[in-house]
Amino acid sequence: MNPALLPLVVAVPFVAAALAALVPRTWLRRSLVLAVPVGVGVVGVGLVIETSDGSVVATQVGGWVPGVAIAFAADTLSALMLTVSALLVLAGTVFAIAAGDDDDRWFVPMLLAMTAGVYGAYLTADLFNLFVMIEVALLPSYVLLARRGTPGAIRAGRLYLAVNLTASTILLAGVGLVYASAGTVNLAELNGLGAGATGVAVATGVVLVALGVKAAVVPVHSWLPVTYPAPSPAVTAIFSGLLTKIGVYGLIRVTTLVLAPTTLLTVVILTVTLASMIVGVLGALGGTTMREVLSFHMVSQVGYILVGLVLAGAVGLSAVVFYLVHHTVVKTSLFLTLGVVEVRRRTGRIDDLGAEARLHRWVALAFLLGAASLVGLPPLSGFWAKYGVLRAAALDERVVVIVVALVVSLGTLMSMLKITNGVFWGERPEPAPEEVGRDPRPAHWAAALVGPGLVLAIASLAVGVAPEWLLQLADVAGQGLESGEAYVEAVLQL
Amino acid sequence: MSLVIAIAALAAAGAFLVARRGTVRLVLGFILLGHAVNLLILAAGGANRREPAFISDDLDTASVADPLPQAFVLTAIVITFGVTVFLLALTAKSRVTGERNRARTTQAEDEDAYEDEDEEKPA
Repeated sequence: MNPALLPLVVAVPFVAAALAALVPRTWLRRSLVLAVPVGVGVVGVGLVIETSDGSVVATQVGGWVPGVAIAFAADTLSALMLTVSALLVLAGTVFAIAAGDDDDRWFVPMLLAMTAGVYGAYLTADLFNLFVMIEVALLPSYVLLARRGTPGAIRAGRLYLAVNLTASTILLAGVGLVYASAGTVNLAELNGLGAGATGVAVATGVVLVALGVKAAVVPVHSWLPVTYPAPSPAVTAIFSGLLTKIGVYGLIRVTTLVLAPTTLLTVVILTVTLASMIVGVLGALGGTTMREVLSFHMVSQVGYILVGLVLAGAVGLSAVVFYLVHHTVVKTSLFLTLGVVEVRRRTGRIDDLGAEARLHRWVALAFLLGAASLVGLPPLSGFWAKYGVLRAAALDERVVVIVVALVVSLGTLMSMLKITNGVFWGERPEPAPEEVGRDPRPAHWAAALVGPGLVLAIASLAVGVAPEWLLQLADVAGQGLESGEAYVEAVLQL
Repeated sequence: MSLVIAIAALAAAGAFLVARRGTVRLVLGFILLGHAVNLLILAAGGANRREPAFISDDLDTASVADPLPQAFVLTAIVITFGVTVFLLALTAKSRVTGERNRARTTQAEDEDAYEDEDEEKPA
């Protein structure tokens, strides 16, 4: 694949966003918003195939000298995340159209602009450009979050804005400090600089704190469970698959490239990730709405994803990659699945729901698959993800990680049972909700509402039954992250 | 040194305003914080070299300013500007819906939902 295509992955969604803002016809907007992720997905699959041997595709925008030019690069991790994001955008968009979100003509342009930023964040090889791409992804998300204009949405929107703006300001300051101490913000040139020079390490620490807020790790997580249940279910599902994940991706990329695995880094990351697991699952056990429970689980699962950063070198990093891919798909699947119930019932409170499995058989099936995968039961992808984390912990003889990971899994199971019993089975409370099983669109749209979550849940099952290919890709990605050589060579054209 | 004092003063004032209640203060706070970070990035390029970095025959690389932080700051200013406009729009919107709700809901619910705005309303 021609590396010069990489910037197009960002540019095309942008142009499509501008077009979508101009065209007056709904069907034109819909075909744009469905065609773009399909195209990006095709490019993503091509990149995954090309990087599956550990090579890295890179291009210098504008043909400037390497080191001066803004570089775009795709290694196995970037390619995987690009593909998964495109898949999730597609699934989320189908759901959003079926749920009536695109009746607002600004929904599609905002969504396309947001995805452009997300794709860019995965592909950029420049710290400042990473900041710009994260901002590009966040700006439309502010609008999508507060779009409904209800008091609750505006309050959540204001909190979301305040938190993310603070984090962005810190991120920008961190990038400035990195430039001041290292003289460059090119990630390839920064490779290994955090090991010797303490100035660069401290500046990188500032960047990591800001990215940690975006990824919602404890102790800077509390904005997420408050704001994510506020927008429409479709928007929450798309946010969960895209926005916190660019924070997680940034943490992985910057930590592995710039910093050296010192004892301090190990202690900090272990503390933060284990605390995330525990705090997240406790919050989920106390959640009163379906999306609140799922949002707290995002905090908990980010702990599982990132703990591998400091466990057993390349083995741990491959566990990170596998868990990130698995979690991104499964969490979006769960948000979409429970979103069906919420869209039809007009409520997400667990206490107000019950016996939904009778009406929504396919939804219940998709939820069971997704929930089991989140808990980590075989034969679903979650089992292999947790197995990878536990294997890395065992290799490093970190008993505390193993114990916490297993106990938190039990908590995850309990909170999922809360939804299973409260929403899908068990008694319906009196008085029953007025709007019974009605879709916002005519009946033939039902498949588009239920389908996306079910397809993603089945994807998790398929990966769980035949995990070899993804485990292999994760291994390649983990080795690439561990050494960093291929990435540096490709970006700097050594 | 004056740069350091300016950054510290802007950051302190910005952080103070962001931590206060009310959306307008939030907006003003973020404008100040944004300026503080912009100055920080300019300082990252080195404050002692100030000549314009135009390519010419007598270009002295020891005295020209580093153009990269200036480009960073330009981008950052554009982003801050966009966010500020959106924040102000959100403030205006929340006031409109707030007043509409005020007419519709009971006083108790009203205070619960809009306690943040109350202190900004003219008495």
